[in-house]
Amino acid sequence: MDRIDIFPTDTWGDFRLRPGKPMPFGATIVPGGVNFSVYSTGAYSCELVLFKKHEPKPHAIIPFPDKYRIGHVFAMIVFDLDYEEYEYAYRMDGPFEPSSGHRFDKTKFLMDPYAAMIGERDVWGTEPDWSNQYQHRARIVQDDFDWEGDSPKEIPMEELLIYEMHVRGFTRHESSGLKYPGTYAAIREKIPYLKKLGVNCLELMPIHEFDEFENCRKTADGRRLLNYWGYSNVGFFAPKAGYAATGKYGMQVDELKTMIKDLHKNGIEVILDVVFNHTAEGNENGPYISYKGIDNKTYYILTPDGHYYNFSGCGNTLNCNHPVVRNMILDCLRYWVVEYHVDGFRFDLAAILGRDQSGAPMHNPPLLETLAFDPILGKCKLIAEAWDAGGLYQVGSFPSWDRWAEWNGKYRDDVRKFLKGDPGMTGAISQRVAGSPDLYHWGGRGTRATINFITCHDGFTLMDMVSYNQKHNEANGENNNDGGNDNQSWNCGCEGDTTDPEILRLRHKQIKNAVTLLLVSQGVPMILSGDEFGNTQFGNNNAYCQDCEISWLDWTMLKKNKDLFEYFQKMIAFRRNHSALRSSRHFQYRDYLGSGYPDISWHGVKAWQPDFSEGSRLFAFMLCGKHARQGQEPDNMIYVAMNMHWEMHGFELPKLPAGLSWHAAVNTDMASPYDIWKPGTEPRLDNGEVLVGPRSIMILIGK
Amino acid sequence: MAENFTVDFKGGVAKITLSGRLDTTKAPALTEELKKMIGQPVSRIVFFAKDLEYIASSGLRAIVFAKQKIGKDTKVYLIGAHDEIKDVIKMTGFDNFLITQDTYEDATNS
Repeated sequence: MDRIDIFPTDTWGDFRLRPGKPMPFGATIVPGGVNFSVYSTGAYSCELVLFKKHEPKPHAIIPFPDKYRIGHVFAMIVFDLDYEEYEYAYRMDGPFEPSSGHRFDKTKFLMDPYAAMIGERDVWGTEPDWSNQYQHRARIVQDDFDWEGDSPKEIPMEELLIYEMHVRGFTRHESSGLKYPGTYAAIREKIPYLKKLGVNCLELMPIHEFDEFENCRKTADGRRLLNYWGYSNVGFFAPKAGYAATGKYGMQVDELKTMIKDLHKNGIEVILDVVFNHTAEGNENGPYISYKGIDNKTYYILTPDGHYYNFSGCGNTLNCNHPVVRNMILDCLRYWVVEYHVDGFRFDLAAILGRDQSGAPMHNPPLLETLAFDPILGKCKLIAEAWDAGGLYQVGSFPSWDRWAEWNGKYRDDVRKFLKGDPGMTGAISQRVAGSPDLYHWGGRGTRATINFITCHDGFTLMDMVSYNQKHNEANGENNNDGGNDNQSWNCGCEGDTTDPEILRLRHKQIKNAVTLLLVSQGVPMILSGDEFGNTQFGNNNAYCQDCEISWLDWTMLKKNKDLFEYFQKMIAFRRNHSALRSSRHFQYRDYLGSGYPDISWHGVKAWQPDFSEGSRLFAFMLCGKHARQGQEPDNMIYVAMNMHWEMHGFELPKLPAGLSWHAAVNTDMASPYDIWKPGTEPRLDNGEVLVGPRSIMILIGK
Repeated sequence: MAENFTVDFKGGVAKITLSGRLDTTKAPALTEELKKMIGQPVSRIVFFAKDLEYIASSGLRAIVFAKQKIGKDTKVYLIGAHDEIKDVIKMTGFDNFLITQDTYEDATNS
């Protein structure tokens, strides 16, 4: 028997209509038709505009009758709509009173804030027709993907090894050897590589629809600069079509889902970098795309006289703690988890998500609390970039409810300083390797709170960190004024490219030191893609606009720097083989299991005597294997000696229980393949001391 | 408007020959043809695609529809499609249910 509510009650021209369901917002396929629902607190009236695909002019404009509005929601079912054929927009009429926050303009075509697919920018880098009045076009998505039983993976946080990646840059270089480089499909083809490396989580830089032509410009030598990174949202719910090989067929949703399904099949999670701090509409001079014309006052934080606050550094600031916007963000994240099976999110400039509607930081921001306790997001990862461009820096103090993790910027800075031999860093390093208890132990936050990283998309690559003292951003056309100056980098004796074998050897060693330190630290390690084979951006530490060899991974480096790849691979395996390195809780600095050793202990050139003085560049720590995972998963004893001095030093080894002896597992001072030993082949050390070479790290295991 | 497909449905096997562009102008008619098979015993749907030049999302959706609505035991074949179309099928994960072959051996006649 047919449901009674699938019959139309009204007509408009050839279209048959019925009052819609206000929930859910967006365009939803319902029996017999499509339900369109959009809200605006300030609009007098609203029209649904239907375009035939690719047509510049509307095919039909259907006003929402007054009786189709409930509260602030306009909702309408259009029957017999061939949704594959259409793109849609809204037009809204309302007051244009910037001083009171309203900017309605009934001539503008406005994209649905809940658009699940956005068309007309289907192929990356194709110059749009700027005369088109409706640039980013909402399309209707069918939910017919076959997930074959897949669901989010729910890997425990402490087991993660995150690999940060730009979808296009990962495979766009011709050296990737793939048929459709720079796409979701290409990532799928690189899954065997990712498995070989050993990572189990991809963190994708923004993949929501953005406009690579936003603020595009040409340099003096005629090169076109794009918004390559994509930290500027056009639509929060729609995947970027230009990253799909099948975008020109309108199949980006399926291609992305297929990629995620296959990654999951291979034990790899997917975290999305989401940008809720601002949108691509900019300030009062920016374009109307969606929110500005639908509900400007609701979506953006405005000054009392109606101008845009700019805590994001990008012209506007999303009004994240307005209840309506809060719900949109929640709906959006739930959508990605439910529809795309994503495993978590990294929130760009997340401190903005904790600001109130006037821009002031809040003590218990309701948005962050809502996300922390949301049932659907209950097991997905929530990672904050715990600062914003308005000067709010919350590393270690981001509101968490023990659910939010943070990009630990202090980890990056301290480790970089220590690696280049700065004095006075051993105290800080003892905190960083222990999971930064100085930042996260309060309130019961465990080591899951800290995302440890040394490099990320923003800043030098690891190879550049050991090859440049200064940034070299001339290609960005901003007179080298853009990008950070506090890189804590060291070029090892020559700025940039060199053939000096001693300098090259030292650079490789420093890279190995960096990844070693990262992977023996408690917390969640994150690697920047390409660092495992020494990828360079030629000293550019802010390649946001470079859609070229500067940003694209050069896969020929994989062969050239084979020693680095193999070291990364083996060091990742070492971490996976040793439960003592992956605790979810902080150390207690005591022997609570009766093993005779504290769970962690500090050492120096003398066992049990760390040197935290200003002049010290040496530091060692020992993990008691019996305390690994609070005794739940016993491991070997692990001793890590770090010498960031430019001279060799002897380290007296702590005595092991009777029957155990120390074995050398890692020595970054040795050339490949003697820098890291296969499990079971580690050479035994019989004297009570090891010599750790200049700027080197040794790892011993007691077994 | 002349359709750029032909349908030959007998003995539980639907043979559909596609040509030209299967896009939003053609796919709805194809979907209508496929809808006629709902409720009937259909063991195979065979799309002959040698002369298919282009397939848009609407065309692919019509094929998905065939798989999902006509019968869970119905096998769906795509025969002789050129490389670009085969790539689209693969990249979107449709190769999980579509049997893609260069040539078709007619089991019903053997």
